[in-house]
Order: sequence, then C-alpha cells, then structure tokens
Amino acid sequence: MRLPTVEDIERRIPRPEDFQSRARGTQLTARVGVALGIAFGLCFLTGLWSHAQYDPPGWLPIGPQPTQLYRVTQGLHVLSGIAAIPLLLVKLWSVFPRLFIRPPTSSWRELAVEGLERASIGALVGSSVFMLASGLLNIAQWYPWDFSFRATHYAVAWIAIGSLIVHIAVKLPVIRRGLGAQIDHPEQHLDPDAVARRTVLVGAFASAGLAVLLTAGQTVPFLRRLSVFAVRDGQGPQDLPVNRTAKAAGAVEGATDPAFALEIVVGGRTVTLDRDQLLALPQRTHRLPIACVEGWSRNAVWTGVAVRDLIAMAGGDPASEVTVRSMQTRGAFRTSVLPSQFVEDHRTLLALELNGEPLSLDHGFPCRIIAPNRPGVLQTKWVRQLEVTS
Amino acid sequence: MRAARFILGAIGVGLGLWGLWLMRDFTGEQLVSTGVWLAGGILVHDAVLAPVTVGLGVLASRLLPGHFRAATSVAFLLWATLTVVFLPVLSGQGGKPDNDSILNRPYLASWLVLTGVLAGAAIIAGLRRRARASGAAATAED
Repeated sequence: MRLPTVEDIERRIPRPEDFQSRARGTQLTARVGVALGIAFGLCFLTGLWSHAQYDPPGWLPIGPQPTQLYRVTQGLHVLSGIAAIPLLLVKLWSVFPRLFIRPPTSSWRELAVEGLERASIGALVGSSVFMLASGLLNIAQWYPWDFSFRATHYAVAWIAIGSLIVHIAVKLPVIRRGLGAQIDHPEQHLDPDAVARRTVLVGAFASAGLAVLLTAGQTVPFLRRLSVFAVRDGQGPQDLPVNRTAKAAGAVEGATDPAFALEIVVGGRTVTLDRDQLLALPQRTHRLPIACVEGWSRNAVWTGVAVRDLIAMAGGDPASEVTVRSMQTRGAFRTSVLPSQFVEDHRTLLALELNGEPLSLDHGFPCRIIAPNRPGVLQTKWVRQLEVTS
Repeated sequence: MRAARFILGAIGVGLGLWGLWLMRDFTGEQLVSTGVWLAGGILVHDAVLAPVTVGLGVLASRLLPGHFRAATSVAFLLWATLTVVFLPVLSGQGGKPDNDSILNRPYLASWLVLTGVLAGAAIIAGLRRRARASGAAATAED
C-alpha cells in the first residue's frame, strides 16, 4: 500500500485522444462558432443601444422616432441571447477534450503562450456564461446575486466581447481551415450509426431556433400562443402585462389618496390639477408600445393629456426638458427625465386611460407617462410632479 | 495577416480592460459576487454539465442498439440545451407573488410535453432507421 503519486493521478485524468466521438472537430466548432459570434455581436450591439437609451449620451440625441425602435432592439437583444445559449453549449461540447491538453514542458516560452491562451479562453467562457445566465435570470425577475445587474451586465459585456475578439485573433487560421474543409469526418462511413458532425450542426441550429420560437411570443404578437416558455404571455390587467405592481413600488397609499393633485412646476411657479381637472383638458389617444428591458413588449391604446400641452398651459416652453417624479416609495427609477425632443412630440402623454378604461392601479393610476420609443422603466407610473428642468 | 491578427488581439485586450475599469467603483461584496458568478459558470460547465454529457454519451454508445444512437444524440442535444434555456421559468423562482402577469404559464406541463415529443421522435427515427437497414439487407440478399 502506497500513496498515489502525481503520476498516478495524472494517468487517471483523461487525455484529448480519449474522447472518441467523430462528431467533434474544428469543422463543426468553426461553423457553430460563426453563428455564436453573430449572436454575440447582435446581442452586444443591441445591449449598447439599450444602455444608451437608458442614459442617452449628449452626442446621441435619441428621439421618439421610430416609435417601435426600442421594442425591436430590445426584443432582438433578449432573443439573440437566448439563441446563443444552445450554440454556446454545443460549441463548448465540441472543444471539451481540449481542456485536457497537458501543458507543454519543452520551454518556458511555450508554457507562457499556452498559459496566456488558456487565460483568454477562461475569460471568454466565464464572461459568456455570466452574460447569458445573468440575462436569462433577469428576464424572469430572479436575482440570486449581490451585484447590481445593470452595471455588472454592462461591464462584463466588454470583457466578453473583448475576449471573443482575442479568441478570433488567436484562432483565425484554425477557423479558416475549419470552414474551408468538408464538415463531415472522412471516416464517418466506418461507423454509420454514430451521429455525424452535420447532424450536430443542424441540431444546434434547430435548438437555437426552437428556443427563440418558444419564447419570442413575449414580444412578437403572432407567436404568443406558440411561445409556451415565454416569461410573459401578453396578458395582464387591462390586456397589458405589469412589470412592477403598485404594492411592490410602495405607491398604493399615494396613488389612492383622494386628495391627489398633479404638480406642474415651471420656473418658480407651481400649477396643481386633480384627476378630474386633467380629464377635463383636451385628450389625445395614441397606440404606443410598452417595451421592457426584459425583452417583452406590447402595444396598447393610451388616452390622456399631451405633456407639451400641460407644460404650455402652465406657462412653459413645450420644447423643454421635463423631470417626472413618481409617488413610488420603493425601488429604482422613481424619477425620469423626458428630453425636450420627447416633450415636443404630441404623442408623449400623461396617460389617464388604458385600452378604453381608467388606468388600473398597477398600470400607474392616477396618471402615468407614456412616450414613443422609450424603455419601459422610463415610462414613469403614479406621477405626482412634472418639472421643467431646462 | 499576422499584423491584422495582432491588431485584432490588441483591440480585444483593450475592450476587456475597459470592462474591468468599469468595475472600479464596485464594492467588495459586488466584486466577490461577480467573481463567484464568473468562475461558477466555468465550474458548472466544465465540472458538471460537460462530464455528465460525455458520460451519458459513452453509456448510450454501449447500451443503445446502433440504429438508435444518432437519433438519441440529436434528441438529447435538443432536450438538454432547451432545458438549460428554460431552467429559470421551470424553477418556480423569480417574479413577484402579487404580479400574475409574469411567469403565468404551465411551464412544467410544456416541458413534459417537449420531453415526450423528443423521446417519441427519437424512438420513431431509430425504428425507421432499423426498418430501412433490414429492408436494404433483404434487398441485398435477393
């Protein structure tokens, strides 16, 4: 009886050549990788766009046109992320034996190069899984972590895309060779019962496509009935899903106070209007979407007073920036800023009705903001004050 | 080509460092949680998902009749990857109890149907492959 030596343990760890499936190979990895790269690129760009829509930089004045833009970009963001999950899993499967390549012992230089490549792949795999897992959990409003989702999902996105670009730079010759070669193993005919690379590739694409079809109904209306795994089915009070209820936002007390009156602050002056007075003003009706960062969206018919009309009535310039304050006492986004290009648009409403009925409490009673091409969280509910801030 | 790859690599390193720089104001707790999730993803894949998949593949190649191997592999690929995608909605976690406009579908029933359909499709595909093979063998004997 003796203790196992390092060599004994090393002998028990599999080697790359121990994995026998002929379905693995650069020819498959490169093809799945191209699809995954496209999905990641699309997800990254639409993610940057969403970040810009939350906090528009000065040089990029995002406006109310096109009305459905954020709905489309954020729908694509979530769906490209969902499509990437099966592709990533198949791609990792196809290169799994490479995890067991033994470090080179010939020279320190080779060891350092190998170490660097491993580190870059570690960063790529870690950040890719991080992005897809955190995004997937976030759309189900499940947050089992201690970091801020938005800041961290944004920061790690740069690590993911950076390490992906490094990976492409390192692997470019291998990718070209893989894509240039026939996909199937030259000895596939020796074991015709075994699954072929082509079949795995089709399976990966089919899984990505099915994952999208079975969830896209939360933003694509005609897929609603097919998308049995969507987080949202498009239903909710007044035919519209709710992201945060009045109770969760701590807005019930303020919103149901019979003494409620909206404040409109222009310069040093404050005009107050109760809900009946708001209803007595000229009403406008527009069909506008709620498009949430979580990738669901739905059109609805909103009736209310144009914010520009309210500002003009209070003696302000209808082309000014307006800060919107909510009665909610819990959670982020209690305040939003409507840039002047949104205020100018007569479709930017302080809505009082939704789909022909008075707003329900969870949709922002007594009044809420609805504007074209805005992320859902900026469509402030339970509004108590509009202030001209420039 | 070499120069282009070098430039590409440098751009990638730059973007990655920018991502790290964006975390400079994170608290210790946030950094630890981020690190746990970054490393945890690698660990869950490399130490659990991938070895289990490889093990199942080895088992299937020993236990299953040849005609069923390809069909079972594809059905498993679809089933396993889709199940990962649907884990959050199947988990019963997430959402808020006072909001019934989120996570309001019978996900478990749908997943059982998906599992049944894929299993059924794999069996049918395997049986058809066996029938074709024996048909071909009979033709060859004639």
